[in-house]
This record gives sequence, structure tokens and C-alpha cells, in this order.
Amino acid sequence: MSTATARIALVGNPNSGKTALFNALTGSHQKVANYAGVTVEKKEGIITTASGRTVSVLDLPGTYSLRARSPDEAVTRDAILGQLKGETPPDVVVCVADATNLRLVLRLILELRQVGRPMVLALNMFDIAQRQGLRIDLEGLARDIGAPIVTTVATRKRGIEDLVAQIEAKVEALAATGALEAPNTWHEPSPAEIRQAHAEAQRIMKAHVRPAERPDTLTGKIDGVLLHPVAGLAILLSLLFVMFQAVFAWAGPLMDGIEGGIGALGGLVATVLPDGLLQSLIVDGLIAGVGSVLVFLPQILILFLFIILLEDFGYMARAAFLMDRIMGGAGLHGRAFIPLLSSFACAIPGVMATRVIDSKRDRLTTIMVAPLMTCSARIPVYTLIIAAFIPNQTVWGFASLQGLVMFGLYVAGITSALAISFIARRLFWRGQVEPFLMELPTYKMPDAKSVLRNLWQRAAIFMNRAGRIILPLMVLIWVLSTFPYPPEGATGPAIDYSFAGQLGHLIHPLFAPIGFNWQMTVALIPGMAAREVAVGALGTVYAVANAEEAVGTLAGALSADWSLAMGLAFLTWYVFAPQCAPTLAVVKRETNSWLWPTVMFAYMITLAYLAAMGVYHGAVALGWG
Amino acid sequence: MDDSYPHPTSSAAQPLAPGEIRLSQARVGDRGVIGAVGAPDAQGRGGLDAQELERRLLELGFVEGAAIEVIHEGAIGHDPIAVRLDDMRVALRRKDAADVVLRLAPETAQ
Repeated sequence: MSTATARIALVGNPNSGKTALFNALTGSHQKVANYAGVTVEKKEGIITTASGRTVSVLDLPGTYSLRARSPDEAVTRDAILGQLKGETPPDVVVCVADATNLRLVLRLILELRQVGRPMVLALNMFDIAQRQGLRIDLEGLARDIGAPIVTTVATRKRGIEDLVAQIEAKVEALAATGALEAPNTWHEPSPAEIRQAHAEAQRIMKAHVRPAERPDTLTGKIDGVLLHPVAGLAILLSLLFVMFQAVFAWAGPLMDGIEGGIGALGGLVATVLPDGLLQSLIVDGLIAGVGSVLVFLPQILILFLFIILLEDFGYMARAAFLMDRIMGGAGLHGRAFIPLLSSFACAIPGVMATRVIDSKRDRLTTIMVAPLMTCSARIPVYTLIIAAFIPNQTVWGFASLQGLVMFGLYVAGITSALAISFIARRLFWRGQVEPFLMELPTYKMPDAKSVLRNLWQRAAIFMNRAGRIILPLMVLIWVLSTFPYPPEGATGPAIDYSFAGQLGHLIHPLFAPIGFNWQMTVALIPGMAAREVAVGALGTVYAVANAEEAVGTLAGALSADWSLAMGLAFLTWYVFAPQCAPTLAVVKRETNSWLWPTVMFAYMITLAYLAAMGVYHGAVALGWG
Repeated sequence: MDDSYPHPTSSAAQPLAPGEIRLSQARVGDRGVIGAVGAPDAQGRGGLDAQELERRLLELGFVEGAAIEVIHEGAIGHDPIAVRLDDMRVALRRKDAADVVLRLAPETAQ
């Protein structure tokens, strides 16, 4: 008997409760990583059987066929076939099926049989099947598919022990014989073979499954409202409104708390460490830098909480349905809706969320336009400039002019994203339209534990990214803004003499045509770390201490020094400019190429330059120069 | 109902028989069984070749003999549509639905 860890893989159709079963099997013993070389999430966990054997469990992306269409599905195929780089093939395949929706999974099971690996079928959501009066002849079905069947209710942890016992039996049988059950004869099925498999699946259904006596009618009733052409869209818009309110209003106190905590930590470290380079590196570089990203965590968590809840409820597929025509007009896939929504908090989770889009072209278009959505890092910049240049007055009797400008900046971001994707479609990817085919899953009550677990995993991934990508960038930008020191008797602010300052002066002639003064260009360089850092940088150049708290003072300094045209040009620049190195770094990771971040940087900076130039000269012509 | 799905007797490329419409032309409430799946004109589509779409439709359960009913349509241009397909619900664009021939049940046939 070998003591090596046995490996099993969970595979099944999307929406079969596979992840719930994975959670029920592995509990908290799981980790999320990436597969080597591809940006597909790898969820792995450990179970310990009653006899003390440890088994590692891989939760593979859901699929309808081993004939992969997306990177996610390719991982599933390669893992099952044992062709995945750096992964040993699973000893046992556990196929997870929604007991109330067996037709398609039976066809997948027939494909899995061809692979020849030992298999166990978990008939999940069995309680719902029973409630609907669905009768399944388990013995006959097991005989026909040639694999043992365990009925499970993953959300209530029912049938888990049985399932583990069956898995262990298969593992032991494999260890005893040392051979697979059958040779691998799998190949990509032709349309005729898929039809044949459907016919076989239909035969098996007829023989062993008696249709539900009380089929689910609730989903149909809910869809009658949520997919209604008018009411459905109205509900979607209201949901978005509540979500934004939550992201911006509820996150406020938490963000203040984090800012306060970071400030206190910086102050504490500053008292412990002697004045000098090390103190400055740790306090101004590391703590302040990581803090400026960490502060977005509450917003990201609230946003993800909504997204996970809606996803688990089954609403996200409906949102994609409702939005498909609107997004499709701009050449985007209905599923691009979720990533673009996330990008309103931060483009980084937005770019990461594009993994749900099957087609490579659709996914790239979505990644390319995601940073045009008004992320929350732009808000401090917008707030500062609006406070400095837009009078606080009421127009049309009820609307605040400052609020209207803010709204206009959001609209500018959205419309430009739609326009860019429309142009990309027409110019570069003409005619290459992927089909939109999507199952609308049965509505389900989200399970609190699994929502929280999922939320925790999202947060961990974001923090991990922040640590690995943003930290080194922050150190680099700190070096650029700190060295060299100002000469003896210098009069200007220290940053003016640093590399960042020199660079700002050097590139200033390039920015003169769009109305920027040298202080603005200097602020752009540290502002590459994250957009809102520009506020602090402007504070440094204008020698306003604690600029982020003293927005009023800084706004006063700016309105004294800049013309309205300059302020508007700066705002316009921030709508479009790729002022966020972490986003570019994430795009590099997600696309696995330097090409796409380069394209993104080039098009965004061109757009920002031209738009800011247009706004500046337009405003000067109106006499606001 | 038959004991198994019949094998296709007519390809979707052939002219429609009486009582048959393309799923792309169906309205909410139209129902029947799928008569054929496949591209009406293989040249018509861009990047994705016709057989690939046929396979994806088949994999999602659009197979000859399956019971189908159009249950929802989008607000703009009545697109996309949602259909009940045997025991599940599927959303698709009308453009892609052109590859599916719907044999209308007698009471809804026009």
C-alpha cells in the first residue's frame, strides 16, 4: 500500500453545485492559486478519509464537454487527460451532477467514460430532486454508466461520508491493480458523435429517470419579472444603484478607519526608527504606498459581496441576458457586464473577473476598456479639482453643479469605453463575433458560509496581488521622488530636485500644449503608482502638508495658480490616462504578454493627450484660460 | 414521445418544411420540437466556422427532437431570446438561433 497522496478531480456542468461539494469535502483545507502558465484559478483542497488516508481534491472549472472552448475548459480537459503541465493526472474522477438536470451531464459522463479513469458520480441537490418527485433508479443508472453513484446535498453536507468512502474504494482498487479501468479512447467528438451521445443519454434517461411530478415553477415565475423587457431592466438598474450607494456610502467609515490605522502605524514607526533614509523608505514608501491600495479593500469587498450573492442566486446570467444587446451594440459580450461593473471599484479585480468570458477576443476587448470605467482611485483627484474649480452652486433649481460635473466624468468614462470597444470591433476584429449561448440556471438561495468563504478568497487574492505587484512599484516611485536630495540652501520643495522632479521638468514641454504647468507634470510621475497618489504629490509640490486631509487648502492653492482651462484639462487627462502601473502589471499577468499592456498604455495616453488638448484649447477659446 | 432522439432526417441547410421556422424568427410562446441543427449557409458567418457553432449548440442540448419553447426576449429588437429546452433554460442571440429549426407544435403553427 503506497502512502503517496491520492488525487481526485471534481468535474461537472456549470451550476451543478460542484464548488459547494468541494467546500463540503475539504472544509477550510483549501487554497486558491493559478495553474502554471495560464491564468486559470486552481482550487485545491485536502480531505482525510475515515481510515486516515489523505486525498487531494482539485475543483476543475465547470464544462459541458471535454472539447474545450475557453482557457478554463482547456484546463479541465487537460487535467482529466493528464496533459496539464506540472500536474499529475487524477487517480479518480468525481463527476458532480445536478440531480434535477441530468440530460447534459449524462453526455459529459459518456465522454469521461472514454477517458477510462475510475469515476464516481455524485448526484448533488438530491433533496430538490426528491421534493420535485423525481424518481431515479440509482442501481440501474450506476450499471449503465459503469460508475458507482452517491446522492449528496452539498449545502447540508449530506452524503459526503458515503462519497469519500466510494472515492477511497476506487483509490484502493486502483492501487491494487495499478491499471486504469479502460484505455483512453477520447477524441474531440464530431457533430454526429455528439448527436449519438445525446441519443444514448436520452436512452439512459428514459430507462432510469421518471420525470418530476412537481417540477420547479418558481424559477419561471421569478424570470417572468426579472427578465421582463421593461421591469427586468428597471430592476437591474435599481440593483446597480443600490450597489453603488453601498460601495460608496457603506465603505466610507471603514476606509477612514484603514486610513487612520495606516497613518497611526506610520507615525508609530516614525517615532521608533531614527530620522533618515530607512524611516522615509518604510513610512513614506512602504506603509503609505501599501496603505493607498489597502484603503480600497472595503469597497472591493462590498462590491464582491454583491457580485457573489447575485452570482450564487443565479441572477448574473440574467443580467448578462438583459445587457447583451446594449453591450453587444458596442461589440462587447453580455458577460463583460460583470468585469466592467467591478472596474468601478478598481480595474484590477475587473481585469481579473474577465476570466468568465470564453472567447479570447471578447475577453481582450473587455480588459482593454476596463480601466476607462471610473475607478474609486480617480475620486480623490476628481474631488480635489472639482472643489478647486467648479463653483458650489445649484443649477436647474435642484442639481448641484459639482455633482453634475462628477456625473459627467462617469458618463465620459462609460461612453468612451463603449466607443473604444466599438471601434476595436470594427477595425481589428471585424466579423469575428462569438456566439452568445448561456444556460440560465435555476434560482437558488445563496449559502451564507460559502458566500463568506468566497469573499475571503477574493480578498486574499487582491491582497496578494497588492503585495507582490504594488509593493515593488511603490519602492521604485519612492526612490524616484526621494533621490537625489535637494542641494544646500535649496528653496523649492524637495521633490523638485529628485529624479521624479527632473523627469517632470524634462517632459514638461510635451505637456505644455495641453496646458499643464511643471507642477502638474511632476505630480503625474508618482501618480503612476495609483491615481489618487497625484493628490498627495500635488500637495508636496505646492508644499501643502497632509494634502489628503486638507483638500480645502490644496484646492485653494490650485485655484490661485491654475486657470479653469488647466483644471478641466487635468480632469480630462485623468478620465483617460493610464495613470496606474498596477493595472498594467495585472494586464500583463492576465494576458501573459507585454503586447497588451503596451497597447493599453499607448491608446489610453494618446486618448488622454488629445482629449485634454481639445478641452484645454476649447476652454481657452471660451475665455476660461 | 419516442424512446430516443431521431437522427436528423433533414439538414438545417435545406428549405424549411411546412410548420417549420428558424428559431431566430420565433416569438415568445412558440413551441415544438427541434427539427434540425446546423448552419443555413456556411459562408454566412465570420470567425467561428459553422460546424463549431453546430457543436456548441449540440453540447448545450439543442439536438433534434428536443422539446423547445421560447419564453423570453430582450427589450431591444426582441434580442436575445431565452428558451426552455427540455428541463433547462438557455439564452442565445437570434443570430446564432438561425442555425436551429423549430418544428412548431400543431396548436401554435401559423
